[in-house]
Amino acid sequence: MTALLEVEDLRVAYGKVEAVKGISFRVEEGQAVTLIGTNGAGKTTTLHTLSGLLAPSAGRIRFRGQDLAGVPAHQVVALGLAHSPEGRHIFPRLSVEENLLLGAFLRKDADGIADDTERAYVLFPRLRERRTQAAGTLSGGEQQMLAMARALMCRPRLLMLDEPSMGLSPLMMKKIMATVRELKAAGTTILLVEQNARAALALADQAYVMETGRLVLSGSGRTLLDDDSVRKAYLGEA
Amino acid sequence: MIPKTSTPAARALVVCGAALSLVSPFLAWTWTSRYPGNLTVYGYPGGSQLLTLAGALLAAVFTAAVLGVPGLRALAPAGAVRALRAASLAALTATWITVGAIAVDLGGVVNVEPGGWLAAGAVLLLAAGAHALPDDTVTEPPPAARLPRAAEGALITVVFLAAMYVLTYGITTDSAQDFLAFLPAAGFGVRALAAAGLTARFGALTARNRIAVAVAALASALVFPFTQTGDQYTAIADNILVFAAVALGLNIVVGLVGLLDLGYVAFLGTGAYTAALVSGSTFSTFDIGPWPFWATALLGMGVSLVAGLVIGAPTLRLHGDYLAIVTLGFGEIFRITVNNLDGTSGPRLTNGPNGINSVPNLTVFGFDLGTRHTLLGVTFGRFANYYLLLLAVIAVIVFVYARAGNSRIGRAWIALREDEKAATAMGIEGFRYKLLAFGLGASLAGLAGTVMAHLQTNAVPENYKFADTAPPNSAFLLAAVVLGGMGTVSGPLVGAALLYLIPAKFAFFSQYQMMLFGLALILMMRFRPEGLVPDRRHRLEFHDEQVAAAEARRTAAEATA
Ligand SMILES: Nc1ncnc2c1ncn2[C@@H]1O[C@H](COP(=O)(O)OP(=O)(O)OP(=O)(O)O)[C@@H](O)[C@H]1O
Ligand SMILES: [Mg+2]
Repeated sequence: MTALLEVEDLRVAYGKVEAVKGISFRVEEGQAVTLIGTNGAGKTTTLHTLSGLLAPSAGRIRFRGQDLAGVPAHQVVALGLAHSPEGRHIFPRLSVEENLLLGAFLRKDADGIADDTERAYVLFPRLRERRTQAAGTLSGGEQQMLAMARALMCRPRLLMLDEPSMGLSPLMMKKIMATVRELKAAGTTILLVEQNARAALALADQAYVMETGRLVLSGSGRTLLDDDSVRKAYLGEA
Repeated sequence: MIPKTSTPAARALVVCGAALSLVSPFLAWTWTSRYPGNLTVYGYPGGSQLLTLAGALLAAVFTAAVLGVPGLRALAPAGAVRALRAASLAALTATWITVGAIAVDLGGVVNVEPGGWLAAGAVLLLAAGAHALPDDTVTEPPPAARLPRAAEGALITVVFLAAMYVLTYGITTDSAQDFLAFLPAAGFGVRALAAAGLTARFGALTARNRIAVAVAALASALVFPFTQTGDQYTAIADNILVFAAVALGLNIVVGLVGLLDLGYVAFLGTGAYTAALVSGSTFSTFDIGPWPFWATALLGMGVSLVAGLVIGAPTLRLHGDYLAIVTLGFGEIFRITVNNLDGTSGPRLTNGPNGINSVPNLTVFGFDLGTRHTLLGVTFGRFANYYLLLLAVIAVIVFVYARAGNSRIGRAWIALREDEKAATAMGIEGFRYKLLAFGLGASLAGLAGTVMAHLQTNAVPENYKFADTAPPNSAFLLAAVVLGGMGTVSGPLVGAALLYLIPAKFAFFSQYQMMLFGLALILMMRFRPEGLVPDRRHRLEFHDEQVAAAEARRTAAEATA
């Protein structure tokens, strides 16, 4: 069986500077895969390339068996690859509900969209309370909920989350991670980039460690949690 | 903050000032009717005295609210004192400008009669008292009681009629002095209503009665030609409507999608030249026409649409500044091209600088707009006929705007404006939606242009400049949208009315006009960047501190939760 997402020897450069230097990994259907690594390792660059916002300089991306080379960004989401970007990037002057509707932009089934909006509000009751409020006036945590809910609105086959816990209070971080676990349990395939390595590894089926553009370590989430070098570098243990 | 102890004195001042201000317009302010508006009559107000009276009435109402007169308190849900202050300033500015103008025009303060002195003193008392009262602003006014639907509709209609009355006063002022007094009076008057929380209430009312708003707006606009006996002011109103129609079209491109188009007037020109060429004018290169209006309009829109797509296709992939530069260039290329297509410098098509003149009147459903006719006992001349047609054109543009703005396409446009990358990640193809907006904007301007050519009986290059002392030109169009309020319907309408009337009424000022215009723009962008009629969304954009404060409150609540 082929994996949902297969990345082969992917290279991405900003001008002359190569930020991703030949990485290969796969995400199987139903799995939660996490990508952890130091600042500037190239994680965000990788996700941007997967969703077509950046063009790779070499390598292959296959999603659901289809080569993504040359597929423009606005069509990638149509294939079922949703991206909740680093820094959330919600539309601040639009209401919460309008943001959700934009997540379902390519869908034409009004009933299905209404169902999924309802589902988003069940998942994040806070968003229902604030549905008519401008998204820019939400708190950081609420904005993150909105970014995730918006990404889910396209009924993705693969949900890519870039640092969903960034800048959140410990309490809100727990809540967001619990939601990620919930989504996984419900069968969503997830590719999670996180600085909070402990939480990410704890829920991941498969994990990769990225450093300066290369994948230096991989294994199941459990294995990496117990790995000495990971414990030293990412879990802050002696 | 003023100490509470000063309040009784301040109240006394306000009451005296308001009472005397109400009386003064009924007295003579000067001895000679040489001052425009005839302010020499005892017994009833005339000319600019009406402005003082209106300001004083508004102030009297808010005074009553401050004093706690039962029932009137409800007229100032957000607090009456700041409203009273603004109303007193309306009376003050109108009165002092008028009294000052009497003294200047007639050569000395001796020309001011006791009535004028009384008025000047009364408004000063009023304003002083109002500003000495302690502020009573309520930050979160209670929600308004819901009225029956019919009553809400009636209320909306009354407000629109009142607004139309004010606008009509401005359009029909017959002297620069009167208009000079009118502007600040109207400005402070609106500010008083806003401070009282009434405009917010009215906003909520209109938000849930969209259809009533459309009907009331159209109905009150229809009243205007019935109030006019001559053509003089209807012609002005027509020009405002053309200008406003184009500004509304530009508002889609700039306000919704955020594309800075500095050459938009070229699409108006494209429509106008197209219409002129098929109008059957003897100056037209083509021996065709006259066509019925619908055919001319469709052709004008079509040609402008093509022009929009041809300009947009290569340029809309560019970002911000580049797009502005390219459209600026295109606007000038259009003007220079029509200036040169005279048979000498280039192929003969547009008669060069002379343009295409003697464009005959339009025929709408077999009716020649040049003919006079009588409607409900009122004679409708040529300009009144065009007024009705232009109202229809504006109605179409507003309809398209409202439908597009609240649709999937409108959301895509706003998303592109706010965060193009995120919008792309949602599956929105930026280029395609931008091109759609650009083409739509161009064809709406083209539609306005077809009417403009017939209204002005010509199409000449001089009308389609980048910047000029009178509208429409690209700079004024953009200013009308930005000053009025991007992304709203009423904003560009208000902006267009002001930017047309100010240069028209102060024609004697023309040598300083561009300078004053620039100064006004700078002040406006410094103190009210969201425009006169702010859009809920844009207000957030320009007042980040409010957003930050709201966010801080949320986060604090979250931490304790
Ligand atoms: N737009 C850009 N232009 C040039 N270089 C860039 C750009 N964006 C990122 N980079 C560089 O590419 C490298 C990888 O950045 P990236 O954002 O992918 O890191 P990351 O792993 O997501 O880091 P973090 O954990 O801090 O988010 C960094 O060295 C960064 O400076
Ligand atoms: Mg990153």
